[in-house]
Amino acid sequence: MREPRRADIRLGRLSPQTYVAHFADRVAPLTEAQALLEANRCLYCFDAPCMQACPTHIDVSSFIRRIAEGNARGAAESILESNPLGGSCARDCPTEVLCEQVCVRNTQQGQPVAIGRLQRFAVDALMASAQPQIFTRAPASDRRVAVIGAGPAGLACAHALAREGHAVALFDAKPKAGGLNEYGVAAYKVAGGFAQREVEWLLAIGGITLRSGWRLSSTAQFEALRREYDAVFLGVGLGNTQQLGVPGEALDGVVDAVEFIGTLRQAQDLGTLPVGRRVLVIGGGMTAIDAGVQSKLLGAESVTIVYRRGPQHMRASRHEQELALTQGVGILHWLAPVEVLGEDGSARAVRFARQRIEGERLVPAGEELVLEADMVLKAIGQRLDGRVLTECKLAQRDGRIATDESGRTSIANVWAGGDCIAGGQDLTVEAVAHGLRAAHDIDRQLRGERSRPEQ
Amino acid sequence: MARLDIDFCGIRSPNPFWLASAPPTDKAYNVERAFEAGWGGVVWKTLAEAGPPVVNVSGPRYGALLAADRSLIGFNNIELITDRELETNLAEIAAVKRRWPDRAVVVSIMVPCREESWKAILPRVEDTGCDGIELNFGCPHGMSERGMGSAVGQVPEYIQMVTAWCKRYTRLPVIVKLTPNVTDIRFPARAAKAGGADAVSLINTVNSVMGVDPDTLRMSPEVGGKGTHGGYCGPAVRPIALHMVTEIARDRETAGLPISGIGGIGSWRDALEFIALGAGSVQVCTAAMVFGFKIVQEMISGLAAYLDAKGLASVEALRGRALPSVTEWRYLDLNRVSKAVINQDLCIQCGRCHIACEDTAHQAITAQRDGRRHFEVKEEECVGCNLCVNVCPVPGCITLRELAPGEIDRRTGQAVSGTALEWIQHPNNPLRSGA
Repeated sequence: MREPRRADIRLGRLSPQTYVAHFADRVAPLTEAQALLEANRCLYCFDAPCMQACPTHIDVSSFIRRIAEGNARGAAESILESNPLGGSCARDCPTEVLCEQVCVRNTQQGQPVAIGRLQRFAVDALMASAQPQIFTRAPASDRRVAVIGAGPAGLACAHALAREGHAVALFDAKPKAGGLNEYGVAAYKVAGGFAQREVEWLLAIGGITLRSGWRLSSTAQFEALRREYDAVFLGVGLGNTQQLGVPGEALDGVVDAVEFIGTLRQAQDLGTLPVGRRVLVIGGGMTAIDAGVQSKLLGAESVTIVYRRGPQHMRASRHEQELALTQGVGILHWLAPVEVLGEDGSARAVRFARQRIEGERLVPAGEELVLEADMVLKAIGQRLDGRVLTECKLAQRDGRIATDESGRTSIANVWAGGDCIAGGQDLTVEAVAHGLRAAHDIDRQLRGERSRPEQ
Repeated sequence: MARLDIDFCGIRSPNPFWLASAPPTDKAYNVERAFEAGWGGVVWKTLAEAGPPVVNVSGPRYGALLAADRSLIGFNNIELITDRELETNLAEIAAVKRRWPDRAVVVSIMVPCREESWKAILPRVEDTGCDGIELNFGCPHGMSERGMGSAVGQVPEYIQMVTAWCKRYTRLPVIVKLTPNVTDIRFPARAAKAGGADAVSLINTVNSVMGVDPDTLRMSPEVGGKGTHGGYCGPAVRPIALHMVTEIARDRETAGLPISGIGGIGSWRDALEFIALGAGSVQVCTAAMVFGFKIVQEMISGLAAYLDAKGLASVEALRGRALPSVTEWRYLDLNRVSKAVINQDLCIQCGRCHIACEDTAHQAITAQRDGRRHFEVKEEECVGCNLCVNVCPVPGCITLRELAPGEIDRRTGQAVSGTALEWIQHPNNPLRSGA
């Protein structure tokens, strides 16, 4: 006879000081001296590849030279002119696959200019200054735009429209604006409450009314928005998470990783967050990495990310995978979950089937493996919460909203952008670019209408 | 092993590296440390005549021009000559020379332009047992307002007069230190020679204002709200110094006059340039003030290795070797044609060569080929100006290739001539010989 085993899920595994240390900035901000040195590594390239690689086309060489010349404010102006969320993008962009990947210093020295960190330096300096506002609104137009979703796409769109003088109603289902910056990104990437500081800075331009706790939940609401506003922008993100679809998924201790991170991001005291002694994270994207690393930082003894394909197939960048490994998070590949095994209603292990590729399909390779766990975090992807949108007859593609190159949807006067539209890579900076291009198109349409002679 | 020891106008030292007359040679403590580190000689910081000592500011005496990585490019000072008692300096000089008989100890002097002043101080200096004197006709700040330093060095007649007094009242070799704050350095050099100087040393510092503080809108550095021009030195002045050394070495009237080269020397390569253009010794200050005395060991090591590698037996064998390559513009060969070549394997694709050429030169470098980022020289536009070579961040990536005689210059469509054509014979020159 043995004692019934109890899952070891506990809170307060670490001292309060340790939590603070673990969830501080993962990448320390540059000091002024460091920023000057690093800025001077920039070669001020002609037609700089970094600028081309940025979805928002930030003029990187220009802002870095301004830092080098001791003009951080001018640097921030240059950044924010192209990307009003330059502060959060500086923190959570995978720069290693964007601007920094194409930096010519890679070729020369194997080490790119630290563009992301320099961008943060400039934007932080502006936001900490006595006059952080650099934009002024155009004279008020008589046009009103509804922006649904106050994540990066919605915020960028709302800010750009407000600059043009339009009145923006910004709706969000959550209590706070910010979207994934506030609820989804790992805490150590946007430490110090930056997401809310940025939202405040964005809204301070004026002309944007934020309505939080408002969810688009019926076609009647949608039709009302279309009637009441001159244009509607949908930046609703991905509201649903994928399920494992295996027996035992409902056991205690099997937790949705997105929910886990959201709770963590909103916790006032990280010591109140329960985490398992042994944690398995199932998935291969950024969410899996963020959930795995943060579990470890919360005091989990062992954390293993388990992914059904190989390292090269993971949506998480190699840089992110390396981050997990250096934080002591293991990564296992070619294993797909078959069943969550439980005891007394709690998960105690997961049985995996080894996978191999046959043609283009994954098939079980025959071998099975049981990994013990006190907590199982599901991070196998998010998808559009498309029920209402479908009822509204909004055309979709690949499970997301279909748009044209300007972000226009199949419905007149309705634009969309961010993770909720088809064809993207689910990056913050891309969502910003979507929001800006839609705002530009909306503005153009509203101006065109206004200049039309009265009927 | 090549010999590094030199005999400079009768002054012997185990290597050509001397510390210039400046703060590093202010007193025995520093000079002892310098000799321990390996310096071949020193020029003791300028002595003044007996009496109440000079007073210096007790605020910023130095200012610097720094590169982006805070490495020092240029340096400026408003310190005056020694502010110590003459007796103290003379006693220390004598003691140091006794302890270091193999090192060169030269004493810099600045006294008013009165014969009795020179007559009074020179025997005292000679009594220390030092190896020579250097006349400070160069300092552009402070003392010049009192009719000394560069105020003398800017008037060839004064140079000749004072040099002659010195030759009359001392048997020591007389080195005249020249100011660069003149329009043609050959005139003061000729005056020194006419006065009987055994050698010249140059350059002293260049008149300079380092900058303005953007917050206070006052010049910087400043003392109590005001600043004054100072003497500029360091790597930034080296090309100016090299030019002046070259001018004196090439001048028919002063050719053969020993030259102690000064101005931004911080490495054996810098020293090599001065020596190859005619200097018999070199003097260093700024580099020692930045890095300390130990750098002389790196300079000695580098120069010795270079001489050995070149098969040159001594410093003397190197001296003046580059002089025949210096000429006037009118003697340059206008028939030679060079074209820039970009090594595509080394190119990091920054595009600086393109934008420099496109915006400011000859539109001779592509930005694209077949729609892709690609930088390549268009020989039909390239005049071989070297701008791209200078702005390229990768050493050796862009080079100039000289076209062989007979090769077609694609810019002009003409074959490159095998014979030289100087401006003095050029058909476009209305004053050409035989025109």
